[in-house]
Amino acid sequence: MSRIRTFAAAAGLALAFGMAPAQAANVFRFAFQGDIKSLDPYSLKESFTIGMHAAVYEALITRDKDLNLAPGLAESWETPEPTRWRFHLRKNVSFHDGSPFTADDVLFSADRVRAAGSSFTTNIPSDAKFVKVDDHTVDMVLSKPNPIAVYQFSTWYIMSKAWAEKNNAVAPSPVSAASPSYATLHENGTGPFVITEHQPGVRTIFKKFPGYWGKVESNLDEAVFTTISNDATRVAALLGGEVDWIDPVPLQDQQRVNASGNATVMTGPELRTIFLGMDQVRDELKDSSVKGKNPFKDVRVREAMYLAIDEDTIAKRVMRGQATPTALMIAPSLYARSAEFKRPTTDAKRAKALLAEAGYPDGFTVPMDCPNDRYVNDEAICQAVVSMLARVGVKVNLNAQPKAKYFAKVLAPNYDTAFYLLGWTPSSQDSHNILYEMVGCRTDPKSSRGGWNLGGYCNTKLDAIADQVEGETDQAKRDAEIKEGFEILQKDWAVIPLHQQALAWGVSKTVTLTQRPDNLLLLYWVSKKP
Amino acid sequence: MLAFILRRLLQSVVVLAVVGVIAFSMFRFAGDPVNQIVGVDTPVSERAEIRRNLGLDDSVAVQAARYAANVLRGDFGISYQFRQPVSHLLAERMPATLELALCATIFALVVGILMGVYCALHRETALAKLFLAISLAGVSLPTFLIGILLIFLFSVTLGWLPSFGRGDTVRLGWWTTGFLTVSGLRALILPSITLGLFQMTLIMRLVRAEMLEVLRADYIRFARARGLTTRSIHVGHALKNTLVPVITIAGLQLGSVIAFSIITETVFQWPGMGLLFVQAVQNVDIPIMAAYLLLVAAIFVAINLAVDVLYTIVDPRLRLAGRTA
Repeated sequence: MSRIRTFAAAAGLALAFGMAPAQAANVFRFAFQGDIKSLDPYSLKESFTIGMHAAVYEALITRDKDLNLAPGLAESWETPEPTRWRFHLRKNVSFHDGSPFTADDVLFSADRVRAAGSSFTTNIPSDAKFVKVDDHTVDMVLSKPNPIAVYQFSTWYIMSKAWAEKNNAVAPSPVSAASPSYATLHENGTGPFVITEHQPGVRTIFKKFPGYWGKVESNLDEAVFTTISNDATRVAALLGGEVDWIDPVPLQDQQRVNASGNATVMTGPELRTIFLGMDQVRDELKDSSVKGKNPFKDVRVREAMYLAIDEDTIAKRVMRGQATPTALMIAPSLYARSAEFKRPTTDAKRAKALLAEAGYPDGFTVPMDCPNDRYVNDEAICQAVVSMLARVGVKVNLNAQPKAKYFAKVLAPNYDTAFYLLGWTPSSQDSHNILYEMVGCRTDPKSSRGGWNLGGYCNTKLDAIADQVEGETDQAKRDAEIKEGFEILQKDWAVIPLHQQALAWGVSKTVTLTQRPDNLLLLYWVSKKP
Repeated sequence: MLAFILRRLLQSVVVLAVVGVIAFSMFRFAGDPVNQIVGVDTPVSERAEIRRNLGLDDSVAVQAARYAANVLRGDFGISYQFRQPVSHLLAERMPATLELALCATIFALVVGILMGVYCALHRETALAKLFLAISLAGVSLPTFLIGILLIFLFSVTLGWLPSFGRGDTVRLGWWTTGFLTVSGLRALILPSITLGLFQMTLIMRLVRAEMLEVLRADYIRFARARGLTTRSIHVGHALKNTLVPVITIAGLQLGSVIAFSIITETVFQWPGMGLLFVQAVQNVDIPIMAAYLLLVAAIFVAINLAVDVLYTIVDPRLRLAGRTA
């Protein structure tokens, strides 16, 4: 019996003490559905992890609240010649271990980020040579002009050469390493926060870095990160006031969060575009009722598919308004002339007529691959597509699977799909990435062109435009060329863009912060309200 | 006796090997680990390279054999997602799971026995009927639903207890404990109830049934005739004899409490081994999945072995049967 009494006493004591949670000065608690997988800033290209790295590491050039380029560790930069970029480095910057930041660290980071095992090799142009001019000036020399050479610099974080050498972390932590790398579990950046505790999958604690070179907008002294993978628990933690920020808020809980009075859902368009693709390579569509030919090779069939899908209804019903229908494969904020593109209106009658014209008056059967744990309501979108296509006679057999299985099936080298749903954010935040990776011909196995073109659509004219766009330095001319490319895509009905899904952060009313369309949570813009 | 234990140990090794083989043959249905590891920009050639380096191109048999060889050397591999040794990760998470399992078991035993005894002694009261109704709910409601309901009542509506995590922990050598801090103890309450509820109802019903049985026995009647107090009859004689099967069941259930804490740990984001396993499945982290399955198999094998050995000590007939077999 005494054991029971002790237990009851302990529980009672716990309750009594716990009623008033002790609050230190300005602590921000936040929870995400996934982990910070590695502290090595070159290990994994994943939005949330990159955002967390940004609290402790800094880049030469960063992006401001509107995603415009802004000075980071480089105070300024210029292009004295079209193939030479000069960066003037900030002075009096020190790493968290106290060592000064110099040009050597930039050169070291440029090598490390392009070494085997890095996920960020494409963040700096592959032909770039970095030359040290003096301790605080670095030149980047290219073999040909490249207008977007520094577009991805904002997620190329600078590491300390001395620290990496001392801790045997010169190479990026490769995936297949036999032993863990020091940089995976420790950080040494120049950023406004330091990580004082990091238990992967459990929690990570950020503290203000007293030796930071600049002024920080945030008034936080400490930030505590926890993974909460269960949707209901995550929402409960926000509503109960245990955390100040969660991501994502499931669509069905958004109203409840807003009604709770102590938190709101912060929504905004994300950069990711959700779209449908069709296999245009195989001579016979896999597992289709059509034998001996591939209906998707016929442009009329592709147009019919496009016209049969009512994206407005998907956005309104399936996405509960948390999606922006799009005609383009790139988010409007990333392409200046996106307003000139309109989504053709849904027209089931015309779709049926087109199918009949193409020789399929009774439609056909086609399997569809769809992830069910990757994008917001991905499987529900596919189900809606299935019923919309059924109206025009196309019978779709839906195969919705977890992302681990889905990607293994549809990605290179298998490309094992006839009809699929995918989401894409151009990592360069530029249209060239779309023209090259998503819709470029994948005919040359040695080239990375068309690497994500799962349907294998191919138009050599478009490839030529992509190459032009790559080297074009005149912005207006470049935009016009991109427009030409996107028009070809639309004319060929190459893919079916659906929408940009909305971000949904649950934010406590006790904090202020900035949400950017790239979905990075940046601690240096988070503040506790007084 | 020694021969018996040795034979059982040998059988255990076979069980573990079979678990390993079945696990490995299932992993290729979990999906492609490489895509979970690399970034979207990683070219096809590099993905192929990683796949080859990880040995994923080899046949299942080769992979399983290689894994077995490494395990025999004590090497459980490196987690794909965390890039840390799996043995280290499991050791780090084990205290959380064991403490939760312990608290859940204590909760189940204490509350289950008390409620069971009450229901047996006061069969017709309204409270006993309420307890039985609760036990029915405990048996039939899925664990995750109970967890979510508790969270919404005690964390969101009342704001008394934390909804996730383990609170602050204290490090004692390699062991981290939540028993020594207020937030750690508070964090234990809801998950322990959630995890222990099913066992509690099981024990309660068992105690009630056994107790009713025992109360009808002759020696209880004789005890009454001797004029012993009701209290000493119920506690000293009836309950004591009820507890033998209860202890057996509770011991056997401890294994499943540890192994099946997966759901409770997921709901409460409890940083234990079960949560690690669930995350590993989502990310196709084969080294963690394999090690966890082996560990759980080992726990069950160990418990069953202990029970068998205890039985042979208690029951000589089994020993004789073992000798002739």
